Amino acid sequence: MIRPSIVLVALLAVIALLPLAGDAYALRLGTIACMYGIFALSWNIVGGFLGYPSFATAAFFGFGAYTTGVLMTLGASLPLALLATLVASLVGASVLGAVLLRLRGHYFAIASLSLVEVLREVVNNATDLTGGGMGLNIPLASNASILGDAIFYFYAMWIALALTAAMVVAVSASKLGFGLACIRQNETAANMVGLNTTLYKSIAFGLSACFVGVAGGIYAVWVHYIDPSDVFDILYSVKPIVMSLMGGLGSPVGVVCGALVYLGLEEVVWRNYIQIHSGLLGLLVVLLLLFLPHGLVSLRGRLFRRGTGHA
Amino acid sequence: MPEILTLAGVSRRFSGLQALRDVNLKIAGGEIVGLIGPNGAGKTTLVNTVCGVTPASAGTVTFAGRDITRLKPYQAARLGLARTFQIVQPFAEFSALDNVATAALFSRPGQSLKVARENARQHLAFVGLDGQADQPAATLTLAMRKRLELAKALAMSPKILFLDEVNAGLNSAEVEKATALIRQLAAGGLTIVMIEHLMKVVLNVCTRIVVLHNGELIADGAPRNVVRNPAVIDAYLGQQYAQRHAGHG
Repeated sequence: MIRPSIVLVALLAVIALLPLAGDAYALRLGTIACMYGIFALSWNIVGGFLGYPSFATAAFFGFGAYTTGVLMTLGASLPLALLATLVASLVGASVLGAVLLRLRGHYFAIASLSLVEVLREVVNNATDLTGGGMGLNIPLASNASILGDAIFYFYAMWIALALTAAMVVAVSASKLGFGLACIRQNETAANMVGLNTTLYKSIAFGLSACFVGVAGGIYAVWVHYIDPSDVFDILYSVKPIVMSLMGGLGSPVGVVCGALVYLGLEEVVWRNYIQIHSGLLGLLVVLLLLFLPHGLVSLRGRLFRRGTGHA
Repeated sequence: MPEILTLAGVSRRFSGLQALRDVNLKIAGGEIVGLIGPNGAGKTTLVNTVCGVTPASAGTVTFAGRDITRLKPYQAARLGLARTFQIVQPFAEFSALDNVATAALFSRPGQSLKVARENARQHLAFVGLDGQADQPAATLTLAMRKRLELAKALAMSPKILFLDEVNAGLNSAEVEKATALIRQLAAGGLTIVMIEHLMKVVLNVCTRIVVLHNGELIADGAPRNVVRNPAVIDAYLGQQYAQRHAGHG
């Protein structure tokens, strides 16, 4: 467990150096990279450790964006709004998790997907609070220059990513992580040895939501304007799954690498093949998953074996 | 010995099927009860009902003076009701050691993984799997996985142990090994309820036999009396068995 977390720390440190080299464009990409990293790491708790195929990421993201947005229009400061978002996402998702995670497999996937739709409709119809389909304008959090703004939001997202990574590594080394692995392998047996599976699943769902909610909050303040179809975009649910599969299911380092590679592919393809970018990206993802089914982390094992194979 | 487990009027219905019908049963501490009956008689359902997997539709289950009818499986497990599964249920990716450690870890509050693993090693040694401690459970043979189930159940420090066909699918040498383990546990004073089809094992080990048929308790008593009971011969043992064993005792 020690070595992969050192790799993860090194990776995060390298990302943190980005403002030294970057212009506002690089910083924008870096901020999205951190956001995708949070998505993938958080999804990995439920999808990787627990083995439940969750499509709820967009629901957490949109919930976080609107919670922070509404609180700030009501006059809360940014740190306070983000903290409240963290707590609200954690508690809300834990309660929902206790109910939703009674379903398994495809049924759970559909239920988590419908959570996105339900929240979108709720926000759409709570016009007084959220502005409904008109969207929500969020007050500026700083009056810095364009570059200063970019650096501020980059670091805000980076800190959220670092906290997510620390949380995920702590979970994977803890009794909680051990219990989640038990549930993934055999939920019936886990129950029979005295593991409170409902409690563990509900905590896992809460933890997978809280930092995605914070990322949504930072995103909302960063772009100043959100509307339901933007932040409750189902692609936010699908992308972390693709990233985790590309990086290596269950491995924190793997899924962060997966997030970075996915963002790289997305950006390169979008810039060079704007007409056919989504088709081409899909094709690349399919090829990667076909030829690297255990993700990028499996490359390390392969290279290692090749190195010592003939000894 | 006072009663440790009492079933009073326990019934369980699965929509159209009455799996258990008004079962009354009292088990005293230290008893080794053989639970027999034809396939579909409700033996496993009885164990599931006591352990909280499929709660009783009617009636009450009392364990050590406490009503446990509505408890969840994990709560029953923490009270000291342990069971093995007819179809083995290992954590396939975990090593044999970690499989047993789960039981030690989650069955009591405040355990650390390190202590649980040390604890698990003893139980693995007891069932003779110490050589396979680091092997993933998926790579063990069926006989080993059955013994792993037993070690897992024992790591929960149970007060009562339910064994659901621990000998099914084993060859005779393996059955003998497993039977020796059960005898050893019984000698230690553990209360055991075993579902078993091998009459040789039942007669060898059990102090009492309970017979289920179509969800109803049709016989309950000392092994020698139960195997001569016409209703039991009719429902389960068969005339051939009765004739073959008529000469004995």
